[in-house]
Amino acid sequence: MVKIRFEDVVKIFGNNPKTALEMLKQGKNKDEILEKTKHVIGVNKASFEVNEGEIFVVMGLSGSGKSTLIRCINRLIDVTSGSIFIDGEDITKMNKEELTALRRKKMGMVFQKFALLPNRTIQENVQYGLEIQGVDIETQIKKAREALDLVGLKGWYDSYPHELSGGMQQRVGLARALAVEPDILLMDEAFSALDPLIRKEMQDELLDLQNKMNKTIIFITHDLDEALKIGDRIALMKDGEIVQIGTPEDILNNPNNDYVARFVEDVDVSKVLTAEDIMIKPVTIDYKKDGCRVGLRKMEKEGVSNLFVIDRSRKLIGYVVADDLSELVKKGESNIEPAIQKEIPTVSPDTKLTNIFHLIAESRVPVAVVDEDNTLKGIIIRGSVISGLVRGGGEDVS
Amino acid sequence: MLAKLPVGDAVEASIDFLTDNFRFIFRGVSSVFEIFLNGLEGLLLLIPAFIFIIAISALAFKLAGKPVAIFTLAGLFLVYNLELWEPAMSTLAMVLSATFVSIIFGVPLGILSAKKEKFRRIIMPILDFMQTMPAFVYLIPAISFFGMGKVPGLFATVIFAIPPSIRLTSLGIQQVPEDLVEAADAFGSTSMQKLTKVQIPLAMKTIMAGINQTIMLSLSMVVISAMIGAGGLGREVWMGIQRLWIGTAFEGGLAVVILAMVLDKLTQSVSK
Ligand SMILES: Nc1ncnc2c1ncn2[C@@H]1O[C@H](COP(=O)(O)OP(=O)(O)O)[C@@H](O)[C@H]1O
Ligand SMILES: [Mg+2]
Repeated sequence: MVKIRFEDVVKIFGNNPKTALEMLKQGKNKDEILEKTKHVIGVNKASFEVNEGEIFVVMGLSGSGKSTLIRCINRLIDVTSGSIFIDGEDITKMNKEELTALRRKKMGMVFQKFALLPNRTIQENVQYGLEIQGVDIETQIKKAREALDLVGLKGWYDSYPHELSGGMQQRVGLARALAVEPDILLMDEAFSALDPLIRKEMQDELLDLQNKMNKTIIFITHDLDEALKIGDRIALMKDGEIVQIGTPEDILNNPNNDYVARFVEDVDVSKVLTAEDIMIKPVTIDYKKDGCRVGLRKMEKEGVSNLFVIDRSRKLIGYVVADDLSELVKKGESNIEPAIQKEIPTVSPDTKLTNIFHLIAESRVPVAVVDEDNTLKGIIIRGSVISGLVRGGGEDVS
Repeated sequence: MLAKLPVGDAVEASIDFLTDNFRFIFRGVSSVFEIFLNGLEGLLLLIPAFIFIIAISALAFKLAGKPVAIFTLAGLFLVYNLELWEPAMSTLAMVLSATFVSIIFGVPLGILSAKKEKFRRIIMPILDFMQTMPAFVYLIPAISFFGMGKVPGLFATVIFAIPPSIRLTSLGIQQVPEDLVEAADAFGSTSMQKLTKVQIPLAMKTIMAGINQTIMLSLSMVVISAMIGAGGLGREVWMGIQRLWIGTAFEGGLAVVILAMVLDKLTQSVSK
């Protein structure tokens, strides 16, 4: 179900965005408009949908408009034109009271620099959202503590923010957002200020929490590794424009312009690519139907020295090598059955590339990619791993 | 040659206009403040000097530590010993009232100027003007509006002393980190909730520093406002100067300094 929908959202910073908006419609770019009108394009005609329960990552370089985009969702920034629908309701048309209610009930926000009140204890910080709603104090305390327990800060209730490490402070930030039980979590570079190790820990924990909570999360980052790790889908922004939206795999394998490609270049692809991405089409032989001679002919034609043996429904049986088949032909045998070797390394399509390297290194034969039903999907040979790393994806296996 | 511009005439005319047309308002305001000032002074004098001195010293001990407490004890006792207790309480009543009025008007104006850039652009030059103008000049409209006595003294003192309250409140609110204000908004705070739960608490230190300066400036007006009959320690000094009673003038001045130092230390420790 669609939770959030952007429709042609434009945000222009400046006092008189009319001219700038007109130029934008004529297809002028950010720099041209800045030069002519001194108005800055924050978001340029963004249209997309975010589904309920999804982690939607917005990624882009600094200044690409990510913060502006996320702030349009709770109207910390008002859009210049376009509409944003949340649960089907156009929030750009809401009046002050409706907006306040929306912010209180539907959304929680987590900030890059934590934004905790230094004069309040951890618990009082987490109570904030409930306090301003006029929730009674017992409920405030109960919910605040539950939220703190959830993020692993049991017992820190009465400490002050400055007594906590960065990672812990951001847990408080997260707890504060969760305490109001929102449908939507807005996270603007929430982990960017943290050390790499803590950051990784927080990412894992967010994914963990998300498994339990199933919120709709808009997560902003300028770090592709982070985006790939936690995003169900990723939107890439440049100069206020969304240049590509897709699953992590889509983005990596088919970057649709140079900007995306450059982003993708320095990712450690092996962490993200899976067996499915780099497998190639195997040359196969059906052991009921084909005999030794057919097999040898196939090998000659395809330039390979082994064949994968499958049955009618493409279930993997094993493999045969050329020498064994010639041997059988010499003996006058036509059935390939005696030559079939059944010891063969297999992986599932979603196995990460990092976990495939050692199999490839240890095995003389290609690694077979099979699904739960043992259906042969493809094979991985040494060469395809290397080329997969270089190209950031495999060839089509259909 | 250009003719002399009638700046002075214009000011005089507008002050005359205000006095003539709003006399009843000034009269009303005047009597309210008169009652207030006298009441506060009477209240302060109602407390026996010794109890007052010990209470303030104890407060100083609690807020600012032993050295300040000892200074307070010795200083206030000296004021008493010099037989200046009564004018000192009169001056204290004036300073407290001026500070009170400055806070009542200054803090909201400061908040407004922090929130509205347009207002800030108007009020900041006015504050500069108010602070650079020699303090004596304020005596003139004060007398025109309120006649002689304590109330014009209070008026002149407030005009002179209010700028830091406005300025530092505005500064303090503006200095509250942007992301904390954003967080308050993001969770659906009303403007009032944002102000009372986030902005004012976080600006408190700076606001208190402004109030401290306001108190100090009010004390520096004591002698000047005595010239229009505000009484208190200022009168001792002013009288001493006029009659060349150097000793009297000095004793009065010393008492002002003691009061200033005690108030400064106390308010500073509150703002920490
Ligand atoms: N309040 C503002 N006034 C003018 N320009 C702004 C304002 N906020 C952001 N911008 C500009 O909008 C663009 C997008 O900024 P931002 O959304 O903060 O980018 P990001 O979060 O991706 O770093 C930048 O060019 C920035 O300079
Ligand atoms: Mg940003």
